Amino acid sequence: MSRPEDTLAADVHYNDTEARKYTTSSRIQNIQASMTRRALELLKLDSPSLILDIGCGSGLSGEILSAVPEEEGGPHMWVGMDISPSMLDVALSRDVEGDLLLADMGQGVPFRAGAFDAAISISAIQWLCNAETADTSPTGRLSRFFNGLYASLRRGGKAVCQFYPKNDTQRNMISAAAVKAGFGAGILEDDPGTKNQKLYLVLTVGGATSNGGGDITGVVQGMEGVDVLDNRKAGKTGKGEIKKHSKAWIIKKKEQMERKGKIVKATSKYTGRKRRIAF
Amino acid sequence: MKVLTLNFLTCAVKACKSSSDSFPLHPKDAELVHDDVEVNAQLLTNLLHRLDWKALRTTATELGFPDLPETAPTQEDLENDEKTLKDLHNLLIETQMMEGKLVCGHCGHEYAVREGIANFLLPTHLV
Repeated sequence: MSRPEDTLAADVHYNDTEARKYTTSSRIQNIQASMTRRALELLKLDSPSLILDIGCGSGLSGEILSAVPEEEGGPHMWVGMDISPSMLDVALSRDVEGDLLLADMGQGVPFRAGAFDAAISISAIQWLCNAETADTSPTGRLSRFFNGLYASLRRGGKAVCQFYPKNDTQRNMISAAAVKAGFGAGILEDDPGTKNQKLYLVLTVGGATSNGGGDITGVVQGMEGVDVLDNRKAGKTGKGEIKKHSKAWIIKKKEQMERKGKIVKATSKYTGRKRRIAF
Repeated sequence: MKVLTLNFLTCAVKACKSSSDSFPLHPKDAELVHDDVEVNAQLLTNLLHRLDWKALRTTATELGFPDLPETAPTQEDLENDEKTLKDLHNLLIETQMMEGKLVCGHCGHEYAVREGIANFLLPTHLV
């Protein structure tokens, strides 16, 4: 499948025809709706809140936010921002309830600190990995976006961004930028390894909340069918505990050298073993 | 665009981030419309402590509304007095700015508002 991100800028790609096609396709509508509901489930909002929709497009996800019934904590108020005027035009003709803003997320989020309870973004932030002009860079745009988003969320707020990274480099670039901005970040993968794989970047502001940990592990706590893979622990405990000249230490050093491209002898059962005392 | 949103928007120009004049944005030549929306008391209560009351008073005066009280109503006021709730709902959520401009008090940049959509795209030299 071709990726529109590779060919054009978002505001150029989503012209009048594309915007209409995107909004009227029932397949896209269904996918967007299910992803928005999943994001809402991750946000766990229990009272009517103010939500920022980044890359709101024609307001497909916003409609769901306004339609959350009272017993599930809704209806929420939302403000959407998008870079494509055509998409916003479709949103206007569909008479959505939220406020709309023509803005580029790579230029920051123009709201004062602590404005929103939550933020949601469906299939948008991968566009940040492309910079169309010479004076902007993907890293610069990512950092402006995440810094702005971090500031505009209130303490204890959450953001869920569903995105389609092109490869692992993009995926790591996006999550690293979020962590650098101060978020507690984690990625939830739905249907991993299948064609329908969906990635949700779950961002938290501030420390632990009432329902467990402050990061994604706290968010998914109690959800069914979620396996937690925490890569952080391996990094933390590994340091300082390995004794110098022990077998583990030697193996670690050998791995380091291998990563540098040096020629390293294969590890065997003799590695790190003391020689017999010579007579 | 709702007056509520106006209470949260700041100037997007990088140099204005540190200045206190960049908030609130000042509406200019504003055309307002009134849109009937169902009252959501819970939402207003949630938002109440997050509103910048001073900025809201400035905006309301600039839009030609009668002066708001000096201090923000408390949560009990909203719960007990239906009129306060209705007035706040009327101002924040039902009043929409459709056409006009938003002007930054620090750099003077004008953001155009058309059909209720504010244009926050910046030319590259201001980013």
